[in-house]
Amino acid sequence: MILGVELAYWQQTIIRVLAGLVAVLLLTGGVVYLYLFKFVSFMQSRLGPMEAGPYGSLQLLAEVGKWLQKEDIHTKDSDRFIFGLAPAIVLTSTFLMFVVIPAGPNAVIADLGTGIYYVLAMSSLSVIGILMAGWASANKYAFMGALRAGGQLIAYELPLVLAVIGVVIQAGSLNLQDIVGAQSTGSIFGFDGIGNPYILTQLIGFLVFMIAVQAELTQTPFDMPIAESELVAGYQVEYTGIRFLVYFISEFATAVGFAAVASTLFLGGWALPASWGLSDGAMHVIGPIMIATKAVFLVGVVFWVRFSFPRFREDQLQRLAWKVLIPLALANIALTAVLKVVF
Amino acid sequence: MPSKPKVPGVLKGLGVTLRTAKETMFPDGMLRPPSPSRGAATVQYPHEKEAPAPRARGVIALKIENCTACMLCARECPDWCIYIEAHKTLAPPRREGGKPRSVNDLDRFDIDYSLCMYCGICVEVCPFDALFWSPEYEYSEVRIQDLLHEKERLDQWMDTVPDFEAYEAGSEAKVKKVPR
Repeated sequence: MILGVELAYWQQTIIRVLAGLVAVLLLTGGVVYLYLFKFVSFMQSRLGPMEAGPYGSLQLLAEVGKWLQKEDIHTKDSDRFIFGLAPAIVLTSTFLMFVVIPAGPNAVIADLGTGIYYVLAMSSLSVIGILMAGWASANKYAFMGALRAGGQLIAYELPLVLAVIGVVIQAGSLNLQDIVGAQSTGSIFGFDGIGNPYILTQLIGFLVFMIAVQAELTQTPFDMPIAESELVAGYQVEYTGIRFLVYFISEFATAVGFAAVASTLFLGGWALPASWGLSDGAMHVIGPIMIATKAVFLVGVVFWVRFSFPRFREDQLQRLAWKVLIPLALANIALTAVLKVVF
Repeated sequence: MPSKPKVPGVLKGLGVTLRTAKETMFPDGMLRPPSPSRGAATVQYPHEKEAPAPRARGVIALKIENCTACMLCARECPDWCIYIEAHKTLAPPRREGGKPRSVNDLDRFDIDYSLCMYCGICVEVCPFDALFWSPEYEYSEVRIQDLLHEKERLDQWMDTVPDFEAYEAGSEAKVKKVPR
């Protein structure tokens, strides 16, 4: 039932998918303008794009237009089919992430029981696309970049998953709606004024998760795979025009996706504390705004870190994952499990 | 001396970028409305221009009357971008009853700015004060052959040559004058 009109399942699905696509692309565009164009410029004491539209707000449209007109080039030895398929797989893995992220009491494309498991599985699909791109480009730089990406994404997949397990134990569910509900109705030592956002109890998990997200997005402290000063652009080096645009969109849409997941898991998601007594009707409107605000804020943190730090060396990068983040996340799981049983 | 508490370098780096962003966005402090166009260290080039330094190496100007076609500049030019052609002619004598002087009359003096690397050797080497640096820099062209400036164009640049600045206090050297 939407606005008193009974819709068939396929009609509902189309509406949900279209609304999801529009929301994701709008958020991605907003994030690119807000952080990649403006915030970074301010951090470097310059203005950023100012010509296209007021304060350069249409710059992204201009860039997209430019990419769309470009010639579709591929190297002579490239495996054309795989080469073309790779960006599509990366983009698909990005969009599939958003399927289970709830933005309101009903605003979710598919409310899977194993929601968070699904998100993590879909997000790790992108590494296949990246390896395909590196191999099919028939280019040494692209291949090196893809191998580095493979090593890095797999290494940081583990702390990402392990950091989530703490939340799952505490909430007692894999379903994202249940996790949001558990934070909304939770209480801290009997005080339920702000619910129980898991950033308070799972602070270690949150930090590990955000660092792992930074690495999964191959943003700067962890951008070995696309290190421009040694690999030109890594696995993206042979891509131009619309295929590069697809990589660009998926990079920033994945940033939005992971930020939305992080705000769902750790910051309370779309919900306000249940003790504030807002009706479901109000939350239909407030929910999407809440999650979008939180996600945009977390993307801002990712970009802030990205434009502040230099790049890790490959061995430092692996050491951080295997020797610091994974033991920390495991300790966090053990501690959470013990406390869950005790309280 | 009380020592400041140690902040880890990681957080310090984040602080530096955030502070720069704040100072760019809010040059008057956080309570005033944001004004990044004043906070930024850059200018929006085609709309507003930064005045170049008076001794900036923008373009080389030629004072035609001072040139004797001695060819020193053309020979010293590392990428051979100066083309000089001249013919001998007789000029009226300096003093009453003197012999007419034999002088070189410039037929051609071109500088090819598509080759010039702005080393300034020609300006340094010119013994007759015929070549000068001008800070003008806006002379890009659509076609590369238009970057070959002929002597009339080079002479026009003389109007933009600024006077030499006085040397530091105590300097013995005399400040040269730009011929106008």
